[in-house]
Amino acid sequence: MDTIIYRSHVLICTGTGCVSSGAGKLKEKLTAELEERGLQKEIKVVDTGCHGFCEKGPIVIVYPEGVFYCQVTEDDINDIVEEHLLKGRIVERLLYKEPLTEESIPSYNDIDFYKKQKRIALANCGRINPESINEYIAVGGYEALGKALTEMTPDEVIAEVKNAGLRGRGGAGFPTGLKWELTRREESDKKYLICNADEGDPGAFMDRSLLEGDPHKIIEGMVIAAYAIGADEGYIYVRAEYPLAIHRLEVALEQAAELGLLGENILGSGFNFTLNIKKGAGAFVCGEETALMASIEGKRGMPRPKPPFPSVSGLWGKPTNINNVETFANVPYIISQGAAAYSAIGTEKSKGTKVFALTGKINNTGLVEVPMGITLREIIYDIGGGLRDGKDLKAVQTGGPSGGCIPADLLDLPIDYESLTEVGAMMGSGGMVVMDDSTCMVDVARFFLSFTQSESCGKCTPCREGTKRMLEILDRICAGEGREGDLELLEELGQHIKETSLCQLGGSAPNPVLSTLKYFRAEYEAHIMDKRCPANVCEGMKSAYVIDQSVCIGCTLCTRVCPVDAISGERKKPHYIDPEVCIACGACAEKCPVAAISQG
Amino acid sequence: MKSLEELKQLRESLQKDMLARNSAGKARIVIGMGTCGIAAGAREILQAVLQEVKTRGLDVIVSQTGCIGMCEKEPLLDVQLPGKDRITYGNVKKEDVSRIIVEHLINGNIVEDLVVARLEEGGE
Repeated sequence: MDTIIYRSHVLICTGTGCVSSGAGKLKEKLTAELEERGLQKEIKVVDTGCHGFCEKGPIVIVYPEGVFYCQVTEDDINDIVEEHLLKGRIVERLLYKEPLTEESIPSYNDIDFYKKQKRIALANCGRINPESINEYIAVGGYEALGKALTEMTPDEVIAEVKNAGLRGRGGAGFPTGLKWELTRREESDKKYLICNADEGDPGAFMDRSLLEGDPHKIIEGMVIAAYAIGADEGYIYVRAEYPLAIHRLEVALEQAAELGLLGENILGSGFNFTLNIKKGAGAFVCGEETALMASIEGKRGMPRPKPPFPSVSGLWGKPTNINNVETFANVPYIISQGAAAYSAIGTEKSKGTKVFALTGKINNTGLVEVPMGITLREIIYDIGGGLRDGKDLKAVQTGGPSGGCIPADLLDLPIDYESLTEVGAMMGSGGMVVMDDSTCMVDVARFFLSFTQSESCGKCTPCREGTKRMLEILDRICAGEGREGDLELLEELGQHIKETSLCQLGGSAPNPVLSTLKYFRAEYEAHIMDKRCPANVCEGMKSAYVIDQSVCIGCTLCTRVCPVDAISGERKKPHYIDPEVCIACGACAEKCPVAAISQG
Repeated sequence: MKSLEELKQLRESLQKDMLARNSAGKARIVIGMGTCGIAAGAREILQAVLQEVKTRGLDVIVSQTGCIGMCEKEPLLDVQLPGKDRITYGNVKKEDVSRIIVEHLINGNIVEDLVVARLEEGGE
């Protein structure tokens, strides 16, 4: 163990988000600068997982002050070392500025983005080095496991999780304790435990961040679950597109095995558990539990009818329990803090917190963990910093391709499993896309349906054929060729697909279409009746751009960028766009130095 | 590891390293490290402070600051206990460090003969 006590720790985020914005080189540069000044024995440089605020990455945090620097580049390192680490002066220009007040905020905990969050699953993400089991243990890691194995019976563990009210974080919200109990009750010589890390919703990345930022927490949650249900072998099914998550898991598994926290006779309790990683090839349908198990068995990833449920006949025909990554991440907290502490957070039927991936037309995008029951308004305006360019909210899409759109007038809806389902959306894995008036709802529905359609495995007819037909109709509507009766047909098809599909991929695929039809029917009608896309998004229905003759200065910039030569006019005289030729690409409006061009 | 007890022991030995990542309610030692401070020997003072903090296993924040204008009194060392005035010691020598830490930081008694300034709590 390292015996040096450092006066300051510099944490560099090395999650996938920050690495792709250049965090990799920061550490090298920082280490070199510290050595040059002889500070390497006073200052410790630590790699961490994701802080959730990926938009502002690369993120560097300096402790003990907890100063939060964002969008740090290699050139800024010199200032951080020279000013902050040597002279103790905060580098103002690298601080985060609140989008609404323009105020610089030095401390991590005072930033609005973090203030309203309640971090249980993500508690350690960005605060500890995910490749160091020592740091995880130092912040209390594996003590819940120790408590469960030595002071609790499996039934007591299950009772605790049941009383906590934990429900599946993969989206469906099935009570976790009950699921464990069902698997525990089965008599068998062998049982399996699986962690579903086949995260596939477009834009959702909470599972990846958890695995990258705090892999030991997932392992700890899994060993506790395995003890509760009586499984001695487990799998983490993670997609191969997550190389960093897989690497950190491998490191963590090795470290845990070395300390005797995995393997035979864990902590002297007599309980054995081994854990394997299975890399998935990235098919969306493999997030469905029966398809996932088929994939582990080496078969083609396709779902099968249920029952039998996995708790009765799962992996290789043995009783199997499958939970999502985020579900496992909540387990150590429940065991160490107790069911009462956990169930004090949230609403009557949805306890605890949920991680959402906040994206779209919002100022602060990223990962946020909030208590159940928080309103959309709080997430979007208090945490998310409001919409970009001060625009008005039109809708929020939750639950990814299985979810639906919630209109702006339901902004004060408290979020939990039930309330979201009631308004036609869904918790799903926790994607949350914020949209303003420049978003066409028909186009959004078409985007999500095209995703599920291409990911449909083809085993059952409603999903394979039904989503294809629905998509054809939407394509037609977006091309300006919608017909009367299309909307009714979409609704009818959607209902049938939902009711008759084999698995939840098909069972939820029509949701984005049905919910937009419910709340934004007028927009569909404008496409069909008036051949007009109100948000000016759909190709073929965009209106041509026009030049305001009184503003144009005749600089000719627009004529040079127009890809179809629709613009004519003499130098220094007002120009003109031929509406018959214009394809409404908007290139001219972007270039115009005097904002004379707009869509007519 | 063979028991929960062993895990707890390991945790205790590892915890010290993580103390630096929490600043709430902790005492602070601030050392003037402008050009003047460094020229007067502030680096040695800083190292002595770090050594003292380590041997006594103290949970305090050690940070640095730039020149505050009292260059002739460098090296300057400030001690601020939570909720108390910020006391500035001047012309600090290596030998003074352990006295300041034991008397002021641990026992809460200001080492009056070395004080050159005091800032009321909340003032900067």
